[in-house]
Amino acid sequence: MRFEGTSSYVATDDLKLAVNAAIRLQRPLLIKGEPGTGKTMLAEEVAGALSMPLLQWHIKSTTKAQQGLYEYDAVSRLRDSQLGDERVKDIQHYIVRGVLWQAFEAEHPVVLLIDEIDKADIEFPNDLLRELDRMAFFVYETRQTVMARHRPVVVITSNNEKELPDAFLRRCFFHYIRFPDRDTMQRIVDVHYPGLRKELLKSAMDSFFQIRELPGIKKKPSTSELLDWLKLLVAEDIPPEALHSKDGKTVIPPLHGALLKNEQDVHLFERLLFMARHNR
Amino acid sequence: MLIGFLEHLRAARLPISIKEFLGLLEALKAGVIGPSMDEFYYLARAALIKDERLFDKFDKAFGAYFHGVQTLPAVDLDLPLEWLKRQMQREFTAEEKAAVEAMGGLDKLLERLRELLDQQKERHAGGNRWIGTNGTSPFGNGGFNPEGIRIGGPSAGNRTAVKVWEQRAYRDYDDQVELGTRNIKIALRRLRRFAREGADEELDLDDTISATARNAGYLDIRMVPERHNTIKVLMLLDVGGTMDEHIRQTEELFSAARSEFKHLEFYYFHNCVYDFVWKNNRRRHSERLMSWDLIRRFNPDWRLIFVGDATMSPYEILQPGGSVEYNNDEPGAVWLQRLSERFPRFVWLNPEPEGIWEYRQSIAVIRQILAHRMYPVTIAGLERAMRELSR
Repeated sequence: MRFEGTSSYVATDDLKLAVNAAIRLQRPLLIKGEPGTGKTMLAEEVAGALSMPLLQWHIKSTTKAQQGLYEYDAVSRLRDSQLGDERVKDIQHYIVRGVLWQAFEAEHPVVLLIDEIDKADIEFPNDLLRELDRMAFFVYETRQTVMARHRPVVVITSNNEKELPDAFLRRCFFHYIRFPDRDTMQRIVDVHYPGLRKELLKSAMDSFFQIRELPGIKKKPSTSELLDWLKLLVAEDIPPEALHSKDGKTVIPPLHGALLKNEQDVHLFERLLFMARHNR
Repeated sequence: MLIGFLEHLRAARLPISIKEFLGLLEALKAGVIGPSMDEFYYLARAALIKDERLFDKFDKAFGAYFHGVQTLPAVDLDLPLEWLKRQMQREFTAEEKAAVEAMGGLDKLLERLRELLDQQKERHAGGNRWIGTNGTSPFGNGGFNPEGIRIGGPSAGNRTAVKVWEQRAYRDYDDQVELGTRNIKIALRRLRRFAREGADEELDLDDTISATARNAGYLDIRMVPERHNTIKVLMLLDVGGTMDEHIRQTEELFSAARSEFKHLEFYYFHNCVYDFVWKNNRRRHSERLMSWDLIRRFNPDWRLIFVGDATMSPYEILQPGGSVEYNNDEPGAVWLQRLSERFPRFVWLNPEPEGIWEYRQSIAVIRQILAHRMYPVTIAGLERAMRELSR
C-alpha cells in the first residue's frame, strides 16, 4: 500500500514519504499549511489512490470529541417514552454512531479525515488521544468497548489557529505543506489544465508570483485561487498580451478579483501599479 | 542506533520525546524508506518535528550532524529584508545615515550586499565580508545568512533534499523572528480566559433537555453561570522620541489586542511614566489623566501592559526632574513601582530585539524595577508575556 500521488494531485517527495510512513506505521498524519494548498484534498486523493472509502469529520468551534464517537439521543428517547413506544426500553436504539465509530466498524480499511482540528476547543485533541492511539473506546450507556477492525488511515488537517497539545503531537506524523515553488506549481497547473497555452500560462504565473511578492498584502493568493483565475482566463479567452504589455509596463491583470479577495489588497495593488506607471 | 543523532537534536533544543524517536526507529525497521539520505531527512522530520517553526532549527541540526558543518551561532541574525531595512534605519546614527546616502542610499547598499553575497555562495562568509567592506554594520559579527535577505529569481531547477535543508526554507516559520498581526493574535488569545462567575446564571437548554429526558420526562431545569471574558487590559504605550521607529510594530500589536478583549484601555506616555498620561496624542497637553487617577480608576483586576523600548537616559528614570519634557517632582522609577504594585499582573513589551537589551543601561534599570518582566515583541516573547499575565 503506497501512495505515489495521483493524476489529479501533485505530491512532493516529502509529502509522499510522510503519507507512506503514516500508512505503514498506522499513525495519524497531521497536515498543516497555508490555506488553499490542498490539505483537505490530500485525504480525498489518498483515499482515491488506495481505493479506500473516505470518511470525513469536519470540525467546527462547537464540535466535541464525543460527537465523533457516539451521541446519546436523549430527546428522541423522551419523545418515545411519552408516546409509549416499546423501543424506549432499550437504550441501544438511541446511541447514534459518530464518524470514528463508523470508521472502526467498517468492513474494509478506510481513510478518516479529521478536517481543521484547530477550529475546535483547545481540549478537543486531548479528548481523542486514547481513541486515536488504541483505536478503541468505551460506550458508557451500553457498557461495550468498540474496537477497530482495521486501523483506519487517519489524516488530520490544521490551519494553525490554535496550538495543539504536545501529547497529541507526539502520536502523529507531521507534514507542513509549503507553498509550491514555480516548478511544482507548473506541474500542478499542467495536471489541472493540460491544454493551457504555454504563453498564457507563463504570463499568468509571472503575474501571480508578482502579486504574491507585493509587500504588505493581507491575504496572499494561494494555489486554489490561481487555478480559479486560470479557469476564468481560459473561459474568457484572454490573450496573454493582456496580462503583460509589450513595453514592460505593468497592467492590471484582468479578472484579478479571483486572486485578491480583500478590498484593501485590491486598493493597494492598484495604487502600486499606478505609482509604477508614473515612475516610468 | 542513532542515539547520537537523538542527543544531537536534543542538544539543539529540539523537543523530541522518546516515543517519537522510537517511532522513527520503527519506521526505519519497517523499511518505509530506501537507503537514501534525502528520504531519511524527510522521514526524520515527519516523525520527530511536529511544528513548522522548528523546521529551521532541525535543518541546521541535521546538516551539522550529517556533514560535520559548523553550526551557526545560536543568536544568528537571519533577518528578512524588511526587518533589515528597518533595523538599519533605527540603528544608524545621523552621520552613518549620511554616509550611506553618500554611497547611493540604502537600496544601493543592499544592491552591493547582494553582489557580495552572489560572489560568495558559501553560507557563512557573506555577512562578514559585507560587514568588513562597509564597516557601518549594525549587526555585529557573523551569522548573516545569504538567504536571510531573500534574493529574488526563480529557484534553480531540480532540487534535492540536501539543498532543502541547506537552504533552510523554513526560517520564516521560526517563532523567534516572525511578527505579523495574525501571529500576535494567536499569542494574545492565550490571555483570553473564559472564567465562570457566580452571580449571573442562564438557562442551559441542552442540559435541561437531556436532564429531563434522563429523568423520564419530568422537567429538570439546569442553569449554568454565564460566560464572561474577564480579561481587562490596560495598555500604556510609549510614543515620541526614541519610540518613533517602533510605531509601526506597536500599531500591529495594538490592532491585534483591540479585537481580543472586551475591556481595553490605552494611554500614552513618553519614555517613562510620570505624573500624567494622555489618551489622544495630538492633544497630549490639554487632555491629561493624572497617573494617580489611573491608579484609582482601575482596580487590580486589570492586566497592565507597558509597550516601549525603555531606551532613554537613566536620569529620566531615576532622578526627579529627569524627564525630557517637564520638571517632574518624582522620578519615573517611583511611578513604575507604584503601578506595578497596584497592578500585580503586568508586563513590559519591548519592541527592540532582546539581543541588544544588555547594552542599554536604562533597559537594565527598568527590568530591575519591574522584576524582569520584560519581553520582546516576538511570538515567543509574547507567549511568555501572556503566560505571565494569565497566572
